[in-house]
Amino acid sequence: MQQPGWPLRSLAATPNQQHTGVLPLDTAASYNDKVVRQFSIMVVVWGIVGMLVGVLIAAQLIWPQLNFDLPVLSYGRLRPLHTNAVIFAFGGSALFATAYYVVQRTCHVRLAFDKLAAFTFWGWQLVIVLAAITLPLGITQSKEYAELEWPIDLLIAVVWVAFAVVFFATIVRRRIKHIYVANWFYGAFIITIAVLHIFNNLAIPVSLTKSYSLYTGVVDGMMQWWYGHNAVGFFLTAGFLGMMYYFVPKQAGRPVYSYRLSVVHFWSLIAIYMWAGPHHLHYTSLPDWAQTLGMVFSIILLAPSWGGMINGMMTLSGAWHKLRSDPILKFMIVALSFYGMSTFEGPMMSIKTVNALSHYTNWTIGHVHAGALGWVAMMTIGSMYSLLPRLYNRDSMYSTKLIDVHFWTSTIGVVLYAVPMWIAGVTEGLMWRAVNDDGTLTYSFVESLKAVEPYHVIRLLGGLLFFGGMIIMAYNVWKTVSNKKPVPVAVLEPA
Amino acid sequence: MRHETIEKSLNLMMVLIVVAISIGGLVEIVPLMFSADATEPAEGIEPYSPLRLAGRDVYVREGCYNCHSQMIRPFRSETERYGPFTTAGETVYDRPFQFGSKRTGPDLARVGGRYSDDWHRLHLTDPRALVPESNMPGYPWLTETVVDPQLITAKLRALQLLGDPYTDEQLAGAAAAVEGRSEMDAIIAYLQELGINRRDRR
Repeated sequence: MQQPGWPLRSLAATPNQQHTGVLPLDTAASYNDKVVRQFSIMVVVWGIVGMLVGVLIAAQLIWPQLNFDLPVLSYGRLRPLHTNAVIFAFGGSALFATAYYVVQRTCHVRLAFDKLAAFTFWGWQLVIVLAAITLPLGITQSKEYAELEWPIDLLIAVVWVAFAVVFFATIVRRRIKHIYVANWFYGAFIITIAVLHIFNNLAIPVSLTKSYSLYTGVVDGMMQWWYGHNAVGFFLTAGFLGMMYYFVPKQAGRPVYSYRLSVVHFWSLIAIYMWAGPHHLHYTSLPDWAQTLGMVFSIILLAPSWGGMINGMMTLSGAWHKLRSDPILKFMIVALSFYGMSTFEGPMMSIKTVNALSHYTNWTIGHVHAGALGWVAMMTIGSMYSLLPRLYNRDSMYSTKLIDVHFWTSTIGVVLYAVPMWIAGVTEGLMWRAVNDDGTLTYSFVESLKAVEPYHVIRLLGGLLFFGGMIIMAYNVWKTVSNKKPVPVAVLEPA
Repeated sequence: MRHETIEKSLNLMMVLIVVAISIGGLVEIVPLMFSADATEPAEGIEPYSPLRLAGRDVYVREGCYNCHSQMIRPFRSETERYGPFTTAGETVYDRPFQFGSKRTGPDLARVGGRYSDDWHRLHLTDPRALVPESNMPGYPWLTETVVDPQLITAKLRALQLLGDPYTDEQLAGAAAAVEGRSEMDAIIAYLQELGINRRDRR
């Protein structure tokens, strides 16, 4: 399936070539792996923090006493902290780390602008710390996944532009003609997030900690979900597909299954995703034409999404036996399976009649976590286990056995999370719409809350398991990197 | 054009990516900005009074939208439970919108006038005193915090700048209108007028 010049063959055929670098190297002849290491370690740290907050708020829904009547610990302030921490701190650090690693390896050149790259690391960590301070203080724009107030938004914009400059300048300096497929996805993700972030956050400041959106009501809602859905589509999908297109073939030791499929699904994915936002606003006062457009494009989106899943899965052709012995590959293949599952579920939920039942319920929460834990986190974890030993001049992680334990903990955790949320969601949807023979409502609202409590408990267990897996990972990573002095890796000559 | 041409030229690829991602947003968002349905206030909808605006900002700060929607959908089961469905014209002074995306608690789009002020005061302080099954956090601190009169003037001025029809007299009287009021007073004032414009229509 490969085209002439398609750079994958060399990629797949040289799994361990990085370790052969000879010392001493002048800087330009080695890769900039310092910034990759920094972001990689923070992936583990922020994963633990973000998921711990998730566990706490899941418990608060069962035992409201855990809000302690304290402003900084109340659910309404902590839930945005959870979403921001897992998306932007955990997921974001993983995207920075892998984008910087992959772009260097696939372009056969050192990352451009060392100092600017270092700035993106410290800048991004500053954004995260500011988020962790301001969100519990109630400083928020209240737009989901865009809660951070305007001064932090400005900082994000600056760091993001620096990210784009480092990434694209490295591609400009590439020593092979073709731009590798992973970089198309990383590139589209970087460009699109900049556009989304800027337009959704336009606001007039009142003080350092308060601003009012430029848009109102329905226009603001449409703008927000154009942003919100594409935060999913580009931050949590396109970026992670970039990760997938490097680490899956690398780990499997096989070239990407189909070049043609990657071309077709790349362009269709990025073009169609941008239309899907209105499915978050079905049956609201958003005009019908926009809702219908959103539904139609969401359904079409199944095709390019599955294109990516199939391309990733089929990359294992001829290497399926490796799943028996390699838990890192298991992480990646289960991640792709959850990706396929969520991108089937999503289009289904965007059908208006289904959405009439599912919207506002726990089903949405289950769907999001099948994607966020099943796809994003598991792809990240697999890629980190693949990447970290290379970054610290080792052949493998400290313990492969612990990776396997982590794999099963996570997998069971996601299932225990998603399944009860589906049941809870359908239960709520049905109870809210149930009517008696005389046309009166069958259930009060609080009865539906009571009915889903057992599912809240099972979900908490699932979340705890997934969180426990991250603790295992932290131990394994610590044993892998401590006492290990990283050595510079020579830039590989193009094949 | 062969795809090889694109993947050998970073500039071309970036331009094509920008084109591909721009169309959806342009088609779905820009027309809304010029549509009277989406931007004209419905009958009886006025900009928020200073005290209500302060209350709304408390609602935003505490993240109430994480559990309460303000968007009644046009289904009989919803209009039966919450009142007439929400129209676009009722939300034109909402910066930002508060439609919400999850109902751990009930919709609040027409909660105005459903309960007494005292009920809200008690309920916000200790929800389980009134609804034993509730899992809502308590907000006892709201009775102790006072609305900042200086800030409310700045807020109204910003909204006026954005085009919300506040008069200069309203701006001049804003500070006095919230003087000495607690955030609890403010959020109750906000809640008590939510959706009352069309309460009685079916």
